[in-house]
Order: sequence, then structure tokens, then C-alpha cells
Amino acid sequence: MLSRTADHLFWMSRYVERAENIARLLDVTWQMSLVPQSLEAANQNWNAIIALNSLEEAYAKKYSEVNAENVLRFMVSDHDNYASIHSCLRLARENGHAVRGTITSEMWETLNSTWLEAREKSFEQISNAGVGEFFEWVKMRSSLTRGVTIGTLLQDKAYHFIRLGTLLERADNTARILDVKYHVLRPQGDEGATDFYQWGALLRSVSAFEVYRKVYRDVITPERVAELLILRNDMPRSLHFCMNGVIKNLELIANSQSGETQRQAGLLHAQLHYGRIEDILAHGLHQWLTDFMDRIYLLGDGISKDFLVPMAEAA
Amino acid sequence: MNFYNEMNDASGGVRAHYQGYDEWLKATPPERIARKRAEADLAFHRVGITFAVYGEEAGKERLIPFDIIPRIIPSAEWKSMQGGLRQRVKALNMFLHDVYHDQEILKAGKIPAEQVLNNTQYRAVMQGVDLPGQIYAHIAGVDIVRAGAGECYVLEDNLRVPSGVSYMLEDRKMMMRLFPELFAKHKVAPVQHYPDMLLEKLRAVAPKGVSDPTVVVLTPGAYNSAYFEHTFLAQQMGVELVEGRDLFVKDEVVYMRTTQGPQRVDVIYRRIDDDFMDPLAFRPDSALGVPGILKAYQAGNVTLSNAIGTGVADDKSIYPYVPEMIRFYLGEEPILNNVPTYMCRKPDDLAYVLAHLPELVVKEVHGAGGYGMLVGPASTREQIEHFRQLLLAKPDGYIAQPTLALSNCPTFVEEGIAPRHLDLRPFVLSSGKCVNMVPGGLTRVALTKGSLVVNSSQGGGTKDTWVLED
Repeated sequence: MLSRTADHLFWMSRYVERAENIARLLDVTWQMSLVPQSLEAANQNWNAIIALNSLEEAYAKKYSEVNAENVLRFMVSDHDNYASIHSCLRLARENGHAVRGTITSEMWETLNSTWLEAREKSFEQISNAGVGEFFEWVKMRSSLTRGVTIGTLLQDKAYHFIRLGTLLERADNTARILDVKYHVLRPQGDEGATDFYQWGALLRSVSAFEVYRKVYRDVITPERVAELLILRNDMPRSLHFCMNGVIKNLELIANSQSGETQRQAGLLHAQLHYGRIEDILAHGLHQWLTDFMDRIYLLGDGISKDFLVPMAEAA
Repeated sequence: MNFYNEMNDASGGVRAHYQGYDEWLKATPPERIARKRAEADLAFHRVGITFAVYGEEAGKERLIPFDIIPRIIPSAEWKSMQGGLRQRVKALNMFLHDVYHDQEILKAGKIPAEQVLNNTQYRAVMQGVDLPGQIYAHIAGVDIVRAGAGECYVLEDNLRVPSGVSYMLEDRKMMMRLFPELFAKHKVAPVQHYPDMLLEKLRAVAPKGVSDPTVVVLTPGAYNSAYFEHTFLAQQMGVELVEGRDLFVKDEVVYMRTTQGPQRVDVIYRRIDDDFMDPLAFRPDSALGVPGILKAYQAGNVTLSNAIGTGVADDKSIYPYVPEMIRFYLGEEPILNNVPTYMCRKPDDLAYVLAHLPELVVKEVHGAGGYGMLVGPASTREQIEHFRQLLLAKPDGYIAQPTLALSNCPTFVEEGIAPRHLDLRPFVLSSGKCVNMVPGGLTRVALTKGSLVVNSSQGGGTKDTWVLED
């Protein structure tokens, strides 16, 4: 497979996954904001989204105040913000366009119509219809893209690069969601309804509410949420699950220079595979997650160098 | 002017090969047709079968209008046309081989040598280079129009990078999806095997000794107006779609950059003009090409399709000589007509052209895409004067032809069903052994009332083309 093609496929899938995860993150924040709380606490949650994506500077250029409407507008439909849902869907489509001969026509049609539909939706329309509906739509379009990919694409290298992009992006995003929410929620401490709704919203945002019930059959505690989203092997959005896929797909595309990247991925995977939540919490969750995200970043970098940037021209 | 109508005869009766369709059209409620047309528009848009500049702005991504009334060609007529196309393309390839080798036709004085050797499309670097099967134009898109009483003329031989075949295939797919009942009733010759035929031809012209060639399609990139077609063909053939930056040359061998390291490339179906193919050999500013590819090509290590230098045979100043080529190389009389052409570099022709500008079509010798031409009868006095000055200043840059009364065909336009002018572009494929094509081709239709210009860049649309089997 052409390095450039692999690059487009990798980023195409990352942008689709990113759009979905931004929708999930905004959705959980929005849902939490519906639970009675102080304005200060609510704005702190919205601020966390900006900080989480390192967008403080870009945001400050356009908005003087951090509040629900501004942050939603910025993260949903602002074309100047490369991390907005609109931008992600556009970039996914652009990358898909560059390789539309490699992906199946169903995949291309899904990406293209998703973008065409998104483009038609102004923030006012989205807002009037209820942002929740829009987030559901983004999640469904992402699920559809993934489903069409799995259901129609030959399981060759193109498929492996797509899966690699999806899972690497998801690992990073789940870590981010958990990092921001865990710390926003943690200090509020008091037992009771508020906590329950907030943790419930977090679990729902990663489609894990029902999973949690099924797995633990017990009250929701922050420790168990962390365990579910980090270590649980069979939970499709957990870090462990994502890394299972990352090492598997890396193996399937391996080349003569990718050994070190594979080793790093294997090491990260082993820590999740053999790790204990007690140890992670003792280490400090925030620090552990920050470290994890750094290593995911380095992994992406390694993949890029090994496969996507053209290899040395020695024939 | 009297126009030949593809569907109706002079007395308004329906021609035999359109009878079945006519009955269907009369029996089908207009609402159903309107609904199907809307469905087609939506589907083309969703699939992104777009044309022109790809970019952010919605306006930049245009659909080529698709008309749902097919252009129908009876079997016998197609057979004769096919024979004419084979003959013509064969002769053109022989001409190209001759020009770049012994130049017999020039020595015999059949074509003035300076017309060929001073032509901007002539590539001296190709002199003496041997090509697999001696084929230069593996893919030719020959534009055919019908005029006056229904006789056919070849308007242009497009031998460089003719496009439009994807629309031919998508139009058929769309028609079958919208109106399956029509296909059940008519025996329409299939065209969908075109990509297989193309791949077979490309594989057949691989460099000597390569038994399982790696074929790629080379595109200028996603911003090219024909990008949809490039991806379409690569996908349908199951080969890589590459850009110049994906390829490199080492020791006169072409490689593509893959995730597994360099992989050798044997046959390149290139959709980039000669000038941009190799910055070391042609335009140094080209970022689309591959440095050093010409050397690899000259060494016989890679096949380019179409060959470098084919433009010298489809140039408008060479066009008038094609019938002569057919006689010279094949010893046959041309089956397809040429349009009588005045070569403005000849003083007598120029004098005639200047005296008859309002009746003639004047074309730039190197023009394409319907740009840089004068359609006399449809032009203002100022436009005609402008061209008079152009002709006087640079007579050898132009040819002129009588304005043909292009045939028309019923077409859905805003005011309902109305006749619109059309042409036909069959795609003729050649390898060493044989010349093949799928039945029919791309029918382009001028949607503007009275317009004779069918180019998509000039607001033309397309129709499905049916060759009826007996």
C-alpha cells in the first residue's frame, strides 16, 4: 500500500473517531450541566473541555467568556477550530476523498453524505433542535462509518491502518474524557444523587452505563468507573481494549523498521493487561493518564515515521 | 438550418430504434419521470460524481447534468462506426510510430514535414524509442458528430488524456437503477466491462519480460477536474491511484513508496500531460510529475499510457491529414468522414476563412475544452472582428471548419422535453494485438438552447448511450 494512502486512511479514521468522541465529551458535559449546580461549577466543566484539547489560545481569540453556548458553538461548528466536530467531519471526508478509490463506495458515500449533512446544519439549527440530538447523530454517523467499513472493506492493509487509527484515537480520547471528568467530579465527594447522575452521565457518554450494571451489579463508584474504562479487556472503549487492537493491527502491517514502535505498543499493552486499578490510583490517576496520553502520542509518531512518511528510497 | 433528430424523422414520425422507448415515455406519467430525475440528482450528489474544482465551496463542486432520455444507436450503425474507429485509431498509432522512427509518410510527402516536426506536440526525445506493441495511444476518445442528413463526422481524435469514460459507466448504472423496466424491454449492449478491458490492455503493453506487471493510475491529485474519474478507474481496475510524489526513479527504474518500502511500477496509466510528467525533461516547475521518469521510459523499464508525444497526432493542424494516413498505412478508404478543414496557414484558405467568418467555426490549433473557439453563426460582430485580428496576427495557430448542423435529441430541460445538440465520444483501446471498445461511448449534450458546444466545462450534460443489439 502507498505510504500516502495509508496516511490518508489512518487520519480519515482518526477524524471520524475524534468527531464522535468530541460529541461524547460535549454530551456528558451538557448532561451534567442539567443537574442542579452552581454557575461557577458549570462553567468550570465547560472550561475543562477547552483545556483538555489545548485550545485556550484559539478560544480566547474568538470568545471573551467561557460558557455553555460559546463552548458548544466553538466545538460543534466553528470552522476556524480544527478540532470542532464540523472540522473533524470535513477532514475525515477530505482524507477519504483522497483515497476514495481504496475505500469501498459505501464507505465513501457515508463519509461524503455525513459531511454534506453536517455542512447544512448551522449552530442555530443544531441548538434549536437540541444539541443532544446532534450528538446522537454524530455518534450514529461514526458508528455507521465504522460498521460500513467492517462490513464492506477487504481485511487487507487498508483495513488495518483504518482500525489502527480508530483505536489509537479512541484510546487517547477515552483517557482524556476520564481525566477531565474524574477530577471535576472527585472533589465534590458527597454521597448522593448529584454524584450518581454525574457518574451515570460519564458512563453513558462512553456507552458504558449498561455495561457497568452488568459487570459490577453494584453502586457506581469512581474507582470502578476508572477500572472499567482503563483495564476492562472486553469493554470496547476501554484503554485495554483499544491497545489489544493497536498491537494486533500493528503486527499485521509490520515492516522492516517498525520493531521499536511495536515494542513500545507491546509495553503499553502489557501494563494494561497485567495492571491493577489499585496501583494506578495509588500512582495518582491524573499522572497515570497524562503519562498514558504522552505515550499514545509517541506511538502515533512512531507509526507515522515507520509507515506513513515515505521510507528511504534505497530500492 | 435543418437538424437531424436522433429520435424523430423529418415528418415527425418516431424512428424504428426509438419506438420502444417512445411508447414507454408516452405511457409513463410525468410525475414519475420528475421523481426519477430528482432521485438521479440526489444520487449523483451523494456519490460525489462531481466535476470541476474540488474545494471547500459548494459552488466549486459541480455535478455534470445527467439527462434521462437515452441516445439510442441501432446495431448496424454502430458496427459501421466501430469499423471506422478501429481503422482510424490503428492508422493514428501507425502514424505515431512512423513519426518517431523512419518518417516514411513525411518522406513520401503525404504530410508536410514541418507540420509534424515543428509542431509543439512533437517530442524529439521520443525519436527512436521502441514501445511495446508499437502502440502510442492506448486509449483514444474520438469525438463523433452527426450532421445534416444524418452522416457522421469525426470532429477530434483525443489521444492525450481523454476523459469522460466514468460518466459513460455511471450514466448506465444510473439508468439501470432508475428504469430497470426499460432494460428488460430493450436489448442494450452492456458497457460495464470497460475497466476490465482497460486493465487487460494496460497489462498487455508492459515492458518486455514482465509477466505480472504492476499497473498504476497517475493523477495530478484531488484538485484536478477529472479526479473522480481517476479514482473510479483505479478502483474498478483494482490498482493503486498514485500522485507524482508517490513515485520515484532510481537507476532508471520507477518505484512507488509503500508502507513496505519501494515497489517497482511497470505500467502507468497517466492522466497528466506530457509537459508535467518529468520536471527534469519538460517543465522544470512541475510538481505533479516524477523526476527522471523519461529516462526510465526511454530505457524501456516502464510503459506510459498514453505515450509521450502522442499529441502530435491529435493536433488540429494534423487532423486534416488523417484520411491520408489511413490510405497510406492501411491502403484503405476511410470509413468515417473528416470535417472539411481550412488551414489558415495556407494563404488561400486564410483568405476564404476571413471572407466567411460568420459561417465558420474557428478553432485554436492547440485549444481544448471548448475554449478559444469562434462559432460564427452564434457570435456577435465584435467577437468575429476579434477573431479576424487573431487570425491575421497568427494564422498558423488556427483552423476553420463549416458550422455543422449537429444532430439533436429530445432532452429534459426546464421547459420540458426539447431537442438539444449532442456528440458522441467512444473510447477506443489499443494494445499490440487488437483494437477494442465497448459499444457506444459517452454522449454529451449541449443543454443551452441552440448551443453547439457540448463540453462539460461549457455547461454541457451527458446521456446514457444505448447500442441496441439485434
